[in-house]
Formats: sequence, C-alpha cells, structure tokens
Amino acid sequence: MSPEMLPLLLKSFWETCYMVLASTILATVIGIPLGVILTVTRRDHILPNAAVNGILGAIVNATRSTPFIILMVAIIPLTRIIVGSSIGTTAAIVPLTISAAPFIARIIESSLLEIDHGVIEAAQAMGASSMQIVTKVLLPESLHSIVLGITLAVISLIGYSAMAGALGGGGLGDLAIRYGYQRFQMDVMIATVIVLIIMVQLVQSFGNYCSRKLNKNKL
Amino acid sequence: MIKLVNVEKTYYSKAGDIAALKKTNLDIKDGEIFGIIGLSGAGKSTLIRCINMLEVPTGGQVFVDGKELTAMNKQALRQARQSIGMIFQHFNLLASRTVRDNIAFPLEIQGKSKAEITKKVDELLDLVQLHDRADYYPSQLSGGQKQRVGIARALASDPKVLLSDEATSALDPQTTKSILALLRDINQRLHLTIVMITHQMEVVKQICDRVAVIENGNIIEEGTMYQVFTEPKETTTKEFVATVNDMTVPAILNTADMQQTYFDGSKVLVHLTFLGNADEPVVARLIKNYGVDVNIISGKIDYLKDMPYGTLLVEISGSKESLATALDYIHQAKVKEEVIGYVS
Repeated sequence: MSPEMLPLLLKSFWETCYMVLASTILATVIGIPLGVILTVTRRDHILPNAAVNGILGAIVNATRSTPFIILMVAIIPLTRIIVGSSIGTTAAIVPLTISAAPFIARIIESSLLEIDHGVIEAAQAMGASSMQIVTKVLLPESLHSIVLGITLAVISLIGYSAMAGALGGGGLGDLAIRYGYQRFQMDVMIATVIVLIIMVQLVQSFGNYCSRKLNKNKL
Repeated sequence: MIKLVNVEKTYYSKAGDIAALKKTNLDIKDGEIFGIIGLSGAGKSTLIRCINMLEVPTGGQVFVDGKELTAMNKQALRQARQSIGMIFQHFNLLASRTVRDNIAFPLEIQGKSKAEITKKVDELLDLVQLHDRADYYPSQLSGGQKQRVGIARALASDPKVLLSDEATSALDPQTTKSILALLRDINQRLHLTIVMITHQMEVVKQICDRVAVIENGNIIEEGTMYQVFTEPKETTTKEFVATVNDMTVPAILNTADMQQTYFDGSKVLVHLTFLGNADEPVVARLIKNYGVDVNIISGKIDYLKDMPYGTLLVEISGSKESLATALDYIHQAKVKEEVIGYVS
C-alpha cells in the first residue's frame, strides 16, 4: 500500500467512528424509552396496554424488516429535512439511527423481560410507582444485559456504516469500495478489512468488560 | 388490624374461570402472628396478595388498619402499601444493589433524605445482625442472610403489618428456625402484626398465635394454634398436624388382630396427649390405683410456641373391669385420650 494511502485510511477510520458513535448515541436515546414502553405495556407487565404495545410493535417490526439499503434511500427526503443534505457522513447518521433504534428497542425489551417478576412485585408491594419501577428496578437490574445488547448494536452499525459509505457517506466502507473494489487496489481492501476486524474485536471486548463489571449476579 | 370481608378472586380466561379464592372472611388482630396454611394451589398466595392488593380481589372488601384498600385510588393505595411490609420465598432482592442499598430502597421510594436513610438503614442492619455484610451484594449471601435483608427492607418504612409469603420455604431447617426466631422477636419488640402463609406445619407450630387452614380457595378451619393442633377437625388439618406430630402406631406393634372392643386377654392401646404442665401423674396413678400394667410404647415432648406438648402411646393390660375403670379415670384426668384399639 502506498504511503499516501495512510492519511486517507485514517480519515476514513475517523469518519466511521463518527458515524457509528453518533448513531449509537441517538439510537440509544430513542431506543431506551421505546424498549421500556414495549416492555411495560405487555399484557403481563406493570402497565398493560394492548393498543400502544401493538402499534409500537408493528412500527418497530416494519422498520426492522426493511433492508438497510432500501431504508436509506427511502428516507432521503427526511434526511434532507434534518441535516440539509442527503450526502455525506453526517447525513448517513439519520438512516443509521433510524435503523438501529428499533433494534436497540427490542434489545432493551428482551433485557428487561429477563428480570424476575418477583422483584417487580416486591417494589410494587413497597408502594413504588410505575416510573420508579422503571428507573430504580428495571433499568439498573438489567444494565449489564443492556450493555451487551448495545455492543451488539454498535457492531451491526459498523457494518451498516460501510453500506452507508457506499452511498456517499464516507468512512471505511466507502474507501474499500472506491479504492479496493473499483480501482483493484487489493492492499487497500485488505487494510480496511483488518481495521474493521480490529474495531469489532475491541468494541466486543470493551462491551464484555463493562457488562461483567456491572453484573452483580455472579460474584 | 386486617379484615377481609367476603373477599373473592376469580381468574377469568377463555379456557374457563378459576375461582382461586371464594368468599373469604378473616379478622386478624393487632399484634398477633397469624398463620395461613394450605397445600400448593389452595389459594394461600392469592389470599395474602389480596391483603396488599398485589392481586385485586374480584369481590369483597379489604381493610388494613381501619382503611379500606379496595376503595382506594392508585395513589392512595401506594401510600397505604408503604405501611405494609412483605417478605418473599425467593427474597426478591435487587441483585444490582448492595445489602445497604436494598434496605434503603423503600425509603428512596418515599423520597426520604440521605441522612435519614443512612440512620434508619444502620438501625435495621443492627436489628437483623448484618452490619458486617452491609456492602455485599445479594449473590454473595446465604439464603438465611438474604431473608434477613428482605426482613430489614420490609421493616424500613416502619410498617404496622408484615406479610410473609412462604418466607422460610426455601431455607434449611436450621436457618428456618433462626428466621422464625427473628420474626417472633420483631413481633414482640415492634408490636408488629404478622400474617404468614406456609405449607409447613412446623412453622405454624413455632410462632403462630392463630391459624387458618385453606383448601380449594376456602378457609376450612380456623382457631388458635393450640386448638388446631390438639383438636384438628378437618381431614386436611389432621394431615398437616400429622406431619409434625405423627400419631400412627409404630409398625413393630402387631395390630393385625386389633379390635375396637375388649376380647379375652386383650390389652388396650391408648394415645395420651397433654398441653401445658402435666402436674397430674396419670401413668403412676393408673398403676397404683387401678391395678393395671402400663407399658409405654412411644412418647415425646414437643413445644407449641412456648407451651410444652406431650404425646404418649401406652399399652394397658389388666382384667376387663380394671381396664374399664382405668379408662374412666383417664377420661376424667387432665389429659386428652384416644383409644386406638384392643390387641392381644
């Protein structure tokens, strides 16, 4: 690989980091309340509400079943309203967030459902309100599991960001396609893939570490 | 302190309605330890959950400390629940909180100040003797220690009533004893009304003042613990009593030819039971005054709460007349007798 490629690789790396980090944060901010609502409105939970649960569930499923590449194109008008442009790294954050938020919502939901009903019952018996049950029981008790789930989301976002890159978003995926694929520079392709593999490994290890620290079940 | 009036709970489902609790009336007095015993599925869990409205009854009224819980809105009910503590079979502690923070939990919910919480938690840690474990997480504790945390947490908001949902069922006998001793201690020290559901007669025997037996959603028998123990009426009650007080005749005794009336040369098998102090030397008097021989086959002295409770299985032999007068004497004496039969 020629030395002049190195700054380009570095720039692409930072673009990927920026896209993934920003969309993870935004998707988590949207996904947590969504996941909490999906959980507590279930029939056997603290605020059963079939209508809310059904509608939200359907929206989440619809978003999740749309292939990312199609979702990205489909929401170009929305992206333009929010960011002002549909091309570029910042513009890629919108579809990434929209596709990751329902994923995170489902992850939150399944983490919250792992909590033993008895613990919720104990809080109710003490006179806790539904809000207190969410903030003091459900979220803290499942935090270690949520962290693992968000790790999973970050890793899929790294993958999606490569796809977003191909549509003018920049980042490592863009680099690999433009130089590695279209210009037959195999070394660039390999370098990009190696960087991606290392990123995923680091993210997973960090996620595992945090989750282990937070999990007080097995001490 | 607690009054249930015609409380009912029916679970409606497409597969058919299940009446978990049928018209139930209970009156639990201030400061007493009230036991509710039943087999699994009898409705005892539903019953205790109706007291703090974790299960909303489908009919009837629930009063705790003079206030009707069944007439309250959500907000008032949450307030009322703060003066009803509850402990659970599986402890239900928060795994992500230390012992100290678990005990602080109900106080946090009530929005108490940091200083107030610290002071109260320290008191409770002393009460349940867990000061040295204050910064441990539940997963680092034994079952007995976890239940102590559960008890401390339940007492944090100075409740008037403590509901115990099979609190000792997951513990070994030794730990069960110490938890029961703790419950009795707080009952006396804090004048706390305790309602406990259990399937273990042993638990009832050790600490309850009164007991109700529940079966198929109905309370089938109710009375003081001594009454229920010494004179059980219903079959289920008798079976429960038998689990801690086995009255069956030992197998080594040949009862194949046992008859209910006297026959030539027969001896009579009698079960004698006494409650409290046995100041009348019944066996000695039988031998001395009635010309019969008394052979003790088995016997033991147990305690119902603090009251000694003795059972004795004896075989009395003598002439037909002396046996009859001896049985008459036993009947008048301050013991309860049950003639099992006549054997050769």
